[in-house]
Formats: sequence, C-alpha cells, structure tokens
Amino acid sequence: MSSNTNIGRSADAKLQRKARRRLPAAWRSPLAIIGVVIAGIWLILAVFAPWIAPYGPLAQELPRLMPPSELAWFGTDALGRDVLSRLIHGARVTIPFAGMLVLCAMVLGTLIGAIGGYVGGWVDEVLGRLTDLFMAFPTVILAMVIAASLGPSLFNAVLAGIIVTWPVYARVTRSLVVSLRSQNFVVASRMLGYSSWRSLRTDILPNILGPVLVLASLEIGTAILLLTGLSFLGLGAQPPTAEWGAMISGAMQNIDAWWLGVFPGLAILTVVMACNFIGDSLRDVLDPLSSAERQGAGAAAPAVTTDAAADPGAEPDFAQGRQEPNQ
Amino acid sequence: MNELLRVDDLHVRYGPVTAVDGVSLEITPGEVLALVGESGCGKSSTARAIVGMDKPAEGTVLFRGSDVPKLDLRTRRPDFTAMQMVFQDPNSSLNPRKRVGDQIADGIRAAKARGLKSNSPQEWLEAVGLDADMVGRYPHQFSGGQRQRIAIARALAAKPDLIVADEPISALDASSQASVAAMMRQLCLDAGAGMLFISHDLSVVRLMADRLMVMYRGKVVESGSTSLIWNDPVHPYTRALLSAIPHPDGKGVLPEAPAAEAPDEWASHIDEALNRVPVSKEAASE
Repeated sequence: MSSNTNIGRSADAKLQRKARRRLPAAWRSPLAIIGVVIAGIWLILAVFAPWIAPYGPLAQELPRLMPPSELAWFGTDALGRDVLSRLIHGARVTIPFAGMLVLCAMVLGTLIGAIGGYVGGWVDEVLGRLTDLFMAFPTVILAMVIAASLGPSLFNAVLAGIIVTWPVYARVTRSLVVSLRSQNFVVASRMLGYSSWRSLRTDILPNILGPVLVLASLEIGTAILLLTGLSFLGLGAQPPTAEWGAMISGAMQNIDAWWLGVFPGLAILTVVMACNFIGDSLRDVLDPLSSAERQGAGAAAPAVTTDAAADPGAEPDFAQGRQEPNQ
Repeated sequence: MNELLRVDDLHVRYGPVTAVDGVSLEITPGEVLALVGESGCGKSSTARAIVGMDKPAEGTVLFRGSDVPKLDLRTRRPDFTAMQMVFQDPNSSLNPRKRVGDQIADGIRAAKARGLKSNSPQEWLEAVGLDADMVGRYPHQFSGGQRQRIAIARALAAKPDLIVADEPISALDASSQASVAAMMRQLCLDAGAGMLFISHDLSVVRLMADRLMVMYRGKVVESGSTSLIWNDPVHPYTRALLSAIPHPDGKGVLPEAPAAEAPDEWASHIDEALNRVPVSKEAASE
C-alpha cells in the first residue's frame, strides 16, 4: 500500500469518526431526548388507541361531568364520555391531519420556491409576488376566512392550513435555490447535457432537503396549533369527533369542570413542544449555520493536512503573525 | 474547418462595464492556448462567454463552426457537450451530496450520448492519480487538490474536444499546482483535445501552453508562441508581468504589484506584439 492511500485512509477514518460523534451529540441533548420520547408516546397512543383507551371515544357509559377518579382518570364530559379515551383517540385525528398539512404545504411551497429560484426572470417575479401576497395576511385570520368560506370540516381546515403555510417553504426554498443555482457543480452538470428538471432534481433538491425538513419539523407544531385552533372555533373537526381543539371548545360551556379543558390543552402543549424540540435538534444536526456543522466543515477542508489546522488555538496566532510584516 | 474554436471580436459587458473588449482567438485540436493577465482583465469573462454562461454583447463564438448557445433552461445539445469546463474553485465544482463516482459517470453518459466510448469511473480516477476504490466517497472526504482532480476527471470523461480551464490550479497549493497542470496537459494531448487554459501565473503557463495571449483591460496586448513571448516580450505590459514573477533569490523581496500604478503604455496597441510566430517554425506549425 502506498503512502498516498494511507493518508487517504486515515483522513477518511477521521471523518467517519467525526460523523459518528457528531450525529449522536445533537441527539444526546436532553431536549432532543424529551422530544423524541414524548412524540414516541403520542405516536404509540395514536396507533394503538382502540386497545389502550379504556372506553370508546363516543361511548356515553359514565355519569356526566364526573371529576377525575379511578373510574375515569381524566373525568367525563357533559355527555358522559371518558375524557382520557377521547384524548387518546384525538391523537389519531390531530397528528395525522397535521402531518398531512405539513407534508402538502412543504411539497407545494418547495415546488413553487424551487421553480421560481431556478427559472428566475418573470416567473420568479410572479411566484415571488404571489408568495408575498399570501404572507401579507395574518396566518390565523386568513386560515379562518378560508376555512369558513369552504365550510366547517377537518378536511377544509387542513386545506386552509396548506394555503396559509406554503409561502414559508417557498421563501426558504427560493433563497436556497438561488444561491445553489450559480454553483459550479450545477453549471457543470448542465454542460454535461443535464436538463433543467434533472438538474433541479439531482443537483438542487438533495442539497436543500436538510433545511426544508428542519423547517417542516418545526412547522408540525404550528400546524397542530392551527388545526386545533380552527376546531376550537368550530371551523375544523365537528362534534362528535374526538378532537383536542373541539374538546376544549366543548369545555367552554362547562367552565367549572376544569378537567375538560386542561387535559386536551396539556395534550396539545406536549405534542407541540415535542415537535419543536425535535425540530431544533434536527436543525442542529443538519443546518449549515449551526455550530456542529461549522466545526465539521472546518475540519473537512484541511482534511489531509489536519493536525496544525485542527488545533483551534494555533490558527489565529499564525494569521496574526503573517499580517504584521505587511502593515 | 480545422479549428475547434473560433472567437471573433468578442465583447462582454456587465451593465456599463466592458469586461471583454474585442478579443479574437482560435484553438486547433491538440493545442493548448493560455490566456494570462491580472485579476479583472477579462480572462474569466472570455471563458464564460465561450462556454455560453454569459451572452456576448458583440462578436461570435463558434465551436466546430456553429454558434455556442447560451446555457439557459434548455438542455444543452449533445454536440456541445464536447466542450467542457474546469472551474477555479474545486469546492463548489462537485455536488456535495453525490458520490464522486456518480459525478464522473455523468461525464461518461455525456460521451455515450455522442456515441463515444468512455472509460469507467474507476479508470478515470486512476487517470487523474487517485485510487479507483474512492468512487464511493463524497467530495468532502477529499482535499482541494483531489477534488480538482475529480472535476478534471468528470470533464475528461465526457471525451471533450475542447476544455476551457478557468484558473484550474490557482486555488491549489504550490506542490499540487505543477502536478495538476502537467496532468491536464498530458491528458488533453492524449485525447487529442484542445485546451484554453486561463491563468494569472506566467511561470505555470510557460510549461503548459503552445501559444499565449496576454490580456490587459479586456484587450489582447500580446499573443503568439509561448517561448517567444517568454524570452523576448515586446509589449510593456507583458514585460511588467514577467518582471513581477517572484525569483527565489533568498532576499525575500516581494515584486511590486503590476497594478499599483498603471502606465498608459500598458494599454497601448502594438502590432508587432500580436500573433507572434517563430520565424523558423512558421512553416512547420501552420
């Protein structure tokens, strides 16, 4: 084996070690663990709701407005339905619909932003102004107006949510694509006969996926708030559907029965918080601006020379020493 | 139609700024033409206009006798993939999320689209002095010099007739500069391709180029056989560039920056300085 391959191997091994160390580091933070655990619990509850929940979501088998007790841990509502069971079944409504909202908004916004950024010119102008137009309205108010005009249903609430949240993705995607479009590797593949579409798919998309996914993971929390908010206002899920926002709305009529509002509120709080924790950790792992990645990039550049450059203390001194004779 | 590339009276403007002001050149197969000059003299703008990245304001760029189309949303026709470019910055030349073998395979696919055979990615990596088993790696696992070698391998894998190299070695450290430059010339000549080699470094260009063009403020001030210009510069700007090459005399004296004070004579037009051909070799080279 030549000395050249040895250098290559050792640099390679070093980078691999670095990557292995880097990924868990962000996930090892307490917030990330809490987020993953809470989200995991909710997912399990949602998937296995019929087996976990003590009662059916619509079953009226218990006394009305019963405070929390051994019979019903979270109490019962005005129709004698078990709040805990409705909460668990509510996870099956809110979480998948919020996920669908985020997924659709992400695909739509990314597509529009990527096309605008890549094509440029008047197409970019038109799509950019369209994005601005939607961002000019307050999100929740616009969602309310759209949901109300489409007619109250959970599906329409999701539709309204998509319409008000896609511009966020379009903006981020566009700026990422604009900065990537003029990169040499994109120009090089166009010179090798790549079509625009292929270049967008294979050169641009893989390089913007990280930041867009981070944004999407942070937006899941927003989407849940938006959907439960619309349901609370009567524009989303309709009774008797077990939906957290609608449950809180129902609690308004029996304000003394505190358990009706507090437990669905806690459910929303924990899910949104978990989503945000996960999103933050994901950003730390993937975002080029986060500190972990910056260290990674700094180490990757002088990969072969390594040791002198890897010592963070040595570098600035060296640079200063060089500047003095010039001045 | 012997020449690969013919550029006639090329003007490139960026808004009110004229970056290239009437440059003409031609390159024949197997010939290395170097374009030298200080930063901002229009070398890179010339290169960008030749490959179609920028639209010429005036003049024509003919590759194998047909106009080079602007690189826009349309897919580049296969016959123009016979013109490839190597960029200055090796870090942005490669897709960070794609294995280097797959990126070289893009070049091979371009060659196949023109009905030509190309080697495997492994063989191309070996041709540029890297290990064949590196095909599965990503660009961040390579040094700058290695990345530039991979970018060169990708360009060569397309079996180009013409390579436009825009300062391909100036981002590399001194030790890899010479080896990459020599490798580029050798691979180019082996493939019978022509090369436009852009550099600000006359001492590298002397070893690589058959012909030389010296640019100053968007114009060609001196051109012709490399050895003639190197040994006997006619134009005052060429002389200034040559005297700016640092000499290892042990005194550590830095040369004066040529652009520090620009005498008017640098911009002067001297007929004898253009298209210089060695008298004895004239018949042989033509």
